[in-house]
Amino acid sequence: MELLEFARGPALTFALTVFIAGVVFRIASLVFMWRTRDSSVGSSREEPAALAAVKEIARRMWPLPTYRHRSLFQLINGYIFHIGLAIIVFLLLPHILFIKDLVGLSWGHLPNNLVYAVSIVTLISLIAALVMRISNPAQRIISTFDDYFSWLVTFLPVLTGLIATMHLGARYETLLALHILSVCLLLIYIPFGKIMHFFLVFVTRSQTGAHLSHRGAQQL
Amino acid sequence: MADKNRKHRPQALKTQQTLGDMLAERGVSRRSFLKFAAYTASILALPPTAASAIASGLAAARRQSVIWLSFQECTGCTESITRASSPSIEDLIFDFISLDYHHTLQNASGHLAEAAREQAMEENRGDYLVVVDGSIPLKNDGYSTIAGISNRQMLEETVAHAKAVIAVGSCATFGGIPGANPNPTGAVAISELTDKPVINLSGCPPIPEAMTGTIAYLLSFAGIPELDHLGRPKAFYGEAIHDRCYRRPFYEKGQFAKSFDDEGARQGWCLYEVGCKGPVTYNACATLKWNGGVSFPIQSGHGCLGCSEPGFWDLGGFYKPLSAAKDDALKYAAGAAVVGAAAGAAASMAVRAKRNKLMKAAQAAVSDSEKEEN
Repeated sequence: MELLEFARGPALTFALTVFIAGVVFRIASLVFMWRTRDSSVGSSREEPAALAAVKEIARRMWPLPTYRHRSLFQLINGYIFHIGLAIIVFLLLPHILFIKDLVGLSWGHLPNNLVYAVSIVTLISLIAALVMRISNPAQRIISTFDDYFSWLVTFLPVLTGLIATMHLGARYETLLALHILSVCLLLIYIPFGKIMHFFLVFVTRSQTGAHLSHRGAQQL
Repeated sequence: MADKNRKHRPQALKTQQTLGDMLAERGVSRRSFLKFAAYTASILALPPTAASAIASGLAAARRQSVIWLSFQECTGCTESITRASSPSIEDLIFDFISLDYHHTLQNASGHLAEAAREQAMEENRGDYLVVVDGSIPLKNDGYSTIAGISNRQMLEETVAHAKAVIAVGSCATFGGIPGANPNPTGAVAISELTDKPVINLSGCPPIPEAMTGTIAYLLSFAGIPELDHLGRPKAFYGEAIHDRCYRRPFYEKGQFAKSFDDEGARQGWCLYEVGCKGPVTYNACATLKWNGGVSFPIQSGHGCLGCSEPGFWDLGGFYKPLSAAKDDALKYAAGAAVVGAAAGAAASMAVRAKRNKLMKAAQAAVSDSEKEEN
């Protein structure tokens, strides 16, 4: 119980403080970042930046035919664990209550049993992603600490959440405390690693779309 | 039967009388006694064969001297154990016990009461049970005294030659409400002040059967019952209330009462959302229930407060869901955002400054090179 009190109290406060400071730091850094003014004349095929951004976001939802056969599994697997994570985080009642307590917002939830099933699928999907990364030589070579650690801090909350639900190995309050502490670790790491794409994925894709459109890139 | 027994309660019990003698004297049949032994074995989660051991152990047990110490407490534990609504064989056990010292129940007061305690300690040296409810203030011995004796001193001298110590209620077991933040009296649990093994019967108050069952166990067997990591008998504190709660299926199905007066509450749905601490509370409320098995808080429509767990008063609020942060986890959010924005802007400015410096150096180099060419 003392561990749970620590997790629900100081640990969570500290993690959220670092999370907010880190995310704002990253966004502020981008906003104020030095950029070279692009004075070049745009391509004749250049579209309005907003339209090009939206089109790029949509286009990157599915791989180009050229790469489809090579990346289809990873893409589908990626969708599975991303959607799974979204369901777990935003549609499990205890999580919604956590958010409601923090910011006052709440919405409908799914039955807990259904979310448990989604969690198992998500867990398997995350393991598959790691296996793919390790077994693929090219991917393995370009993988960094950030890739593995990002995977770990994503995987642990799902794993500890499931274990807590199933009461495996220890008392529930200990398992719940470990789950919350794993979430704290995730929150602390989000701003400083690749999981920052939670906030930036559409920003970077928009930027890329606008830039490519300006340069006149064509879809194959 | 019980009323009949009550009518025939003797004024005093003979010291050498066994429980078997006493029950026989009161007209309690062997069958009733065996049923009680079987019931006691079952609530203690003992195998069926233990029933006969309890029966023979209890029948042969001699009058047990018990000293009940009350420190920083509210007398709720005594109210619980002495509830009068269901006279039963447990009552007979309490009649059988020689309760030599108990503020609320004894007739004597002042120095006569203390003399009774000292006499019981002297006459039953090494063989008396000490039951304690209430916590001990350590900040100042004067915060709680009895007959001019500080709680700490009375505990230390009383448990010194006790056979066993039973801490009753969350105050005695974990500090309880007196120990709640900011703990003005420096209240601590009994177990922190004695090297003797302490059987903790937590709860605010504990379930009567947990108290009577544990005492029955001590009377029947030489040892103490199997305890959990907090020193509580596993028979009563082995499972979380959530795991044995009849509303558990609603939790799994995602059907929750959102207030105490909504449709979900009327339908008897899970009370997790309105703050039930059943998932982290270990007690037998959902199985033994209260008032003779009539009901328990969740059945009455209120979430579990977690009263049998350490620090239950400071778990972040009775009506706050367990998954919510204990405190205001965003209390530093505004400051964090300002610091983050300032650090981000400063980092960008530093990069710009560095870039401008490099650009100037490059321009100077180009300019020098052009001059040389000219």
